[in-house]
Amino acid sequence: MEYILNPWPWYISGPLIASVMALLLYFGKTFGMSSNLRTMCSIMGAGKTANFFKFNWKEQIWNLVVVLGAIIGGFIATHYLSNDSLTDLNPITITELQNMGFKNSGATLVPNEMYSMEALTSPKGLLLLVLGGLLVGFGTRYAGGCTSGHAITGLSSLQKPSLIAVIGFFIGGLIMTNFILPLIF
Amino acid sequence: MKYLKFLLVGVFFGIVLVKSEAVSWYRIYEMFRFQSFHMYGIIGTAIASGVLFLQISKKGIFKSIKGADIFVPKKEKGISRYIIGGIIFGFGWALIGACPGPMYILLGTGVYSMIIVIAAAILGTYIYGVFKDKLPH
Repeated sequence: MEYILNPWPWYISGPLIASVMALLLYFGKTFGMSSNLRTMCSIMGAGKTANFFKFNWKEQIWNLVVVLGAIIGGFIATHYLSNDSLTDLNPITITELQNMGFKNSGATLVPNEMYSMEALTSPKGLLLLVLGGLLVGFGTRYAGGCTSGHAITGLSSLQKPSLIAVIGFFIGGLIMTNFILPLIF
Repeated sequence: MKYLKFLLVGVFFGIVLVKSEAVSWYRIYEMFRFQSFHMYGIIGTAIASGVLFLQISKKGIFKSIKGADIFVPKKEKGISRYIIGGIIFGFGWALIGACPGPMYILLGTGVYSMIIVIAAAILGTYIYGVFKDKLPH
């Protein structure tokens, strides 16, 4: 039981993520989480203002059900399958973050400095979450996929466009973490 | 009933991503600082397993539930959209520490402020849809 309650090692987690892709392909679908954002736009009537959202979203309900399951899975994992072990971060990372004003790194999944209700009441905190969401939503659709669609499915099927997209993900991520985050915090 | 299997796949996906700590903002930070192998190990073994599965499938050993060949749709050709869109996504990913899967999973773990990120991501997708034809692809 300890094996389940403790964080899972990368060499178990990676193949399990691939099995999510394999299961969806077995069911005749593809693994792509960002498509749901487009579906939600369509459901809310975005097809009236942009052709991109004019499609039969009912065919995408299965993917929204995956989302619902993922939310439930997140709940189950934290409430029933976890102990209170901390994320085993590199001590250098923890010190670095401490110097930027992040306390208790690894005690939670996301920093309270960004996600707590207190952080939300500051204009800066709210702006960061909105900006981050906008970038993810815009970028992922522009690139035609996210980590699941490009990094996992696209690279597993040896597709060049996905390799270009993943290189883009890393260029953006490296710039944000190494150069922009230190300016923000 | 026909959706039950998708619900279960989603539950499994959510559990794996929490237990692997792939939904941790700190793990994403650490990855982009090259201070841990953890995320590279996860992504690397996921892709290696995926390649193996798809290569075996090509030989017709695995079939879909309906008996058809396992099929992965081809991405459209292009460079600009993938590199520019990818960089923009990367900015957001590293800032909020979550991509479109983990956003929902984190909501399930009790990070309710993620609703703001999800709403903004829907809006971001909408903005892309409106300006799609004016952007280089």
